This record gives sequence, structure tokens and C-alpha cells, in this order.
Amino acid sequence: MQRVNLLLLLLVVFCALGVVTSQHRARKLFQALEAEQEKGRQLDVEYGQLQLEMSTWATHPRVEQIARDRLRMQLPVAPGRLETLAGGR
Amino acid sequence: MAVGRRSVRGHRYVDSPVLALALQGWRSRTVGLLLMGAFVALLVRAFYLQVINNDFLQEKGDSRYLRDIEISASRGKVMDRHGDMLAVSTPMKSIWAIPVDARNMTADQKRRLADMLEVKPRELDARLAADKGFVFLKRQVPPQVADQVAAAKLPGVHQEREYRRYYPAGEMTAHLVGFTGVDDKGLEGVELAFQSSLLGRAGARTVIRDRRGNIVEDVGATRPPQDGKDVVLAIDSKIQYIAYSQLKAAVIEHKAKAGGVVVLDARTGEILALANWPTYNPNNRSALSGAQLRNRAVTDTFEPGSTLKPFTVALGLDKGKYRYDSVIDCAPGRLTIGKATISDAHPHGKLSVAEVIQKSSNVGTTKIALSMPAEAMWSIFDGLGFGRTPELGFPGEVGGRLRPWKNWKPIEQATMSYGHGISVSLIQLARAYTVFANDGELKPLSLQRADQPLVRGQQIYSPQTAREMRAMLEMVVGPGGTAPKAAVPGYRVGGKTGTAHKLEAGAYANKYIASFVGMAPMSDPRLIVAVMVDEPSDGRYYGGDIAGPVFSQVMAGALRSQGIRPDAPAANMAAAKERS
Repeated sequence: MQRVNLLLLLLVVFCALGVVTSQHRARKLFQALEAEQEKGRQLDVEYGQLQLEMSTWATHPRVEQIARDRLRMQLPVAPGRLETLAGGR
Repeated sequence: MAVGRRSVRGHRYVDSPVLALALQGWRSRTVGLLLMGAFVALLVRAFYLQVINNDFLQEKGDSRYLRDIEISASRGKVMDRHGDMLAVSTPMKSIWAIPVDARNMTADQKRRLADMLEVKPRELDARLAADKGFVFLKRQVPPQVADQVAAAKLPGVHQEREYRRYYPAGEMTAHLVGFTGVDDKGLEGVELAFQSSLLGRAGARTVIRDRRGNIVEDVGATRPPQDGKDVVLAIDSKIQYIAYSQLKAAVIEHKAKAGGVVVLDARTGEILALANWPTYNPNNRSALSGAQLRNRAVTDTFEPGSTLKPFTVALGLDKGKYRYDSVIDCAPGRLTIGKATISDAHPHGKLSVAEVIQKSSNVGTTKIALSMPAEAMWSIFDGLGFGRTPELGFPGEVGGRLRPWKNWKPIEQATMSYGHGISVSLIQLARAYTVFANDGELKPLSLQRADQPLVRGQQIYSPQTAREMRAMLEMVVGPGGTAPKAAVPGYRVGGKTGTAHKLEAGAYANKYIASFVGMAPMSDPRLIVAVMVDEPSDGRYYGGDIAGPVFSQVMAGALRSQGIRPDAPAANMAAAKERS
């Protein structure tokens, strides 16, 4: 009888320690998850900022200005420059 | 010792000398009662704590480690049809302080804070001197700066996340996209029209935090945040840019007061561009006046003038009263109805119906109009959507004025036939022209990209009438028409000019509104462009001279950007060659 009690006591102690460690590990993992999610949010924010930056660089007035001034491009409306290929597409 | 050992071994409890004492019974009872009393007191206390005062204590306990956290949601983006950004929210920080705590800062810390926030040290002091529990030091601070402030660990200085709305296209799409005020509330344009779907709903969660501020565990259910939905507009930002820049150039060149351009997809009724001048920069709205804010193409009505003639003439064709080549005598360029006289800008002799449109004869149009009952004219105008708000959801949309036909006098019917005594907005006018582009079918307008199969519109004219009218509209742009300047090299285009006197305080003033509405390519119309210039005042004011070239430029750019194949025969190319 006494031996069974001792065994049960050991079992209980063992289980209790198990609960403590798994709780601890759960919290560690949860923190890691939180950190990753935060990172994800940060990356989202950064993506939004980069998108904004990209669209600011690619505004049409700027594109036109660079095309005209730096690349010296022109619209192909000048006579003799426009040729239509029949049957294309 | 030996005695001691013996006495221990021989000890029996019943022999205890204490028990042998004959004490009075009340003493033990008293002790018993006292102990009982103590237990009862403990029970009462426990009951008090666990049952009566439980909520309060639970709350106190929770407040030591439970935290409610708001999960912020962002407002949806506004994009053009190709996914280019028109309005984006990006997170910023607001820096705030508890003055009582913040006054503990050293002078050196204060100077650094003022430097980082780019405010004057004196202003900072003034804010901190306030007798409040909470003051904003600066709002909409870039995250990098906020991180520096946080790293400085200043006493009593805190920060909070907030969003700022950016409009990369700026003034180009200002009227269309609109802007938001504080708390993400849409105040103008699409931001207001689509407020409910753009708005994000913040989520919430309850968590346990440990001593270091780390989140340890979620408690209970979390409410996930709902980000606002993105709105994809029908706008093509390339066409929008062309429309905006050409309009701006024309308004400045002709010293006009204002102007508007609308570009529609003729097949689907999608609004590809909507530009107004004057405009404003939605990213910086410090100096904003009412005139700049007006989304004229939608909120202002004007008497359209001759751009309305094709509808009257088409009705005449549709009813079988006239044919394409019927001859109308427009001599001597005047027509008297009752006490009023209608006249043409340039007197004409006999004109065919097609030439009435080509040369924009008021007299010819009036004769066609007066051959029909007022009710028929009213119902066609009503069917075209004049006098009804387009219901796009824009603030301040107007329907214009179309009076009930029962009160029409003959002179009114006559003037209405060429676009006076009736008022429309530019977007209504552009939409009405979809009937000619679509073989008589009026398309509903769409601000959003139409991803579903095309909506069928209402049939207003017969396909035959619409085709004939297209041929007449093409003549307007050709030689002998009122708008040769509206031609587009390489494409067959057609349209109608309008030069209307402005109505001021009930009388027609010597101020004009020049307009042009047209479509291209005429072999299979894909685009409709409507241009309106208000009060050109550099001497010229004819629709063909002022609005025609804008139409030509916008249409040329739009056709190119859409990759629509030129449909003009080689002759037109040669003509373009000569002119340029």
C-alpha cells in the first residue's frame, strides 16, 4: 500500500514538472510567434512605403520630363515617321 | 540518568500530570469558543473576499498582468485600373507627453527633443507648460524620427501609431480621388464615395504580459482587424495625366477661368480620366480655396450649346422626319420665332442635314426641332440622362436642369435644340455621346474598373441613326467643318463643337464656354473625350479653336496608350503631314 502511494506521489511530482516545462516552452514559442508576426507587420509597412516611393518616382510628369530632357525622346507624330503595319496582332 | 531512562520508558500518557490537574471546565470551553470564533472570522473574511468583493479584486489582479491591445487596421488603397497607386496610407507616429513627467527633462534633453521633432524649443516649452494631463508634441512624425525619440528614453514622452494618407499622383487626380480628414474620414471624391469599404476596422486582443513587457499568452477570443478594402478605379493614370496636362496648358494659354476633361471608354462607360482645372495638391492642403476644390466636371452645370445639336438632329432622323441628305433652307441665317430671333454665327444657304451638323447651324437645328412635338424632345433628353444626377457617389453631384415639356414655349424648344435653356454637367454630356458610339445604346457610367461582363444600356436611337450621326460627326473634324483642329493624325475621329454664351444673373453675357465632345476611332468607337473650357479670354472663344486642339491631343495620347490601331486611310496621313 505504502509503495503504491509513493509511486503515485512520484508520478504527481513528475507530471507537475512536465506541466511547468511545457507551459514554459509554450510561452517561449508564443513569444517567437509574436516576434515573427511583428516582423511580418514591419515588412508590410516597409512594403507599403516602398510602393509609395516607387509610385512617387514613377509619376507621369517625372517620366515625361526625363524622357524629353535627358533621353531626348519625341512623340512619333512628325510627318513620315509613323508607319502602320497591317495585320499586326 | 538511569532513573531518567526508566521513567521515559515507563511513561504512559494517561499518567500525564497535566491531565491529572483538576481544572475548571469553563477554561477549556472558553479556549474552544475563542478558536471557533477565529475560524468563523476567517470564514467570513474568505466569504467577503471570494464572493462579495470578488469582482473588484479580480480586476485589480488582472490589471497587474492583463492588457487589452488594439490591433490597428489600415485604410484601403485607391488604385487605377493598372494597379498604380492613387492613395496609400502609411504608418506614422504621433509624439505625445504627460507634461508633469516631461518637465523633469534636463535642458540638454529638451534641446535634443526639439531638434529631433524640428520644433522651436520655445514652442516645446509652451506645450509642456500646459496644465493638462496630455499634450501632443508633434503629429505625423516619420517612423525613423519616432525611433530616435524612443531611443532617447525621455521621461514622460510617449508615442502612438497613426496613419497618414499619401496621394502620389497629387494634383493630377485631386478632384477624383479626393482626400481624408482626421481619423481616416473621407471628405471628398472617391475617399468619400467609397468611405465605407475603404475604412478599416481595428481588431482587439487581450493578452498576458510578463514583467519585461513581452506578450506571454492570449486570453479569450481575439477580434481580428479588418483592413479596408482596396478600391480599383476605372481611371487610367496615363490618360489622366495626358488629359490633365493638356487641359492645364490650354486653360493657361487661353487665360481661361477653369476647365474640365472627361475621357470615357465608349464600350463600357468606364471613366478613364476626369481632370479639372484649377486644382490643388491633396498632400498639402494648407492654402485651399473653394474654386480649387470644385470637381467641375461633376458638380458644375453649364449650357452646353451646340454640343447638344446631334441629339436633336438624331431624333429628327430617328422619327423619319428627315433623312441624311434632306435639304434644309437656312438662308438668310436668321429665324424669327415669336419675338425672338435665332441666328447663325456665319449665315448659310441651303444645307443638307449632315451639313447642319458639320457647320453647326442654329437655324437648321431649330427647323428640325420644331417639326417634332415638345414631348418627344423632352423624352429623348430625359432618356439621355439630362436633368438627373449620374449617381456616381461624388459629393455635390448635380443633374442639371431640364424643365418639364408641358411648360415649353416654341422659342424654348428652339433654343434647347441647340443647347441653350438647358444645363448639363460635362460628365453627363460625355455619357450622352455613348449613344452614337454604341449604335444608339446609352451606357451607364462606372467609376470602378468593370470586371463583370458589360452592362447593357438603354437603346435611345436606332443603330441606323447612330451610324449616320457618326458619319456627320466625322465631317465636323474634316475640311469645311467647325473643328479641323480636333483631327488626330492617323485616326478617323468625329465630334461636335460647342460655343455657348454664359448665363450671368439671368442674362447672356459676352463670356463663353468653349466645348468639344468627340469619339475615335470612327470605324469602331472606343473612346469618348469631352473637353470644356470656361471663359477663354485671349480673343478666341470658338469651341473648335479652344477645346478642339485639347481634344486632339488627349485623344491622340489616349488612343496610343490604349494601343488602338490607326484606322485612317493613307490620305488622312498625308493630310496630317501637310498640316504639321
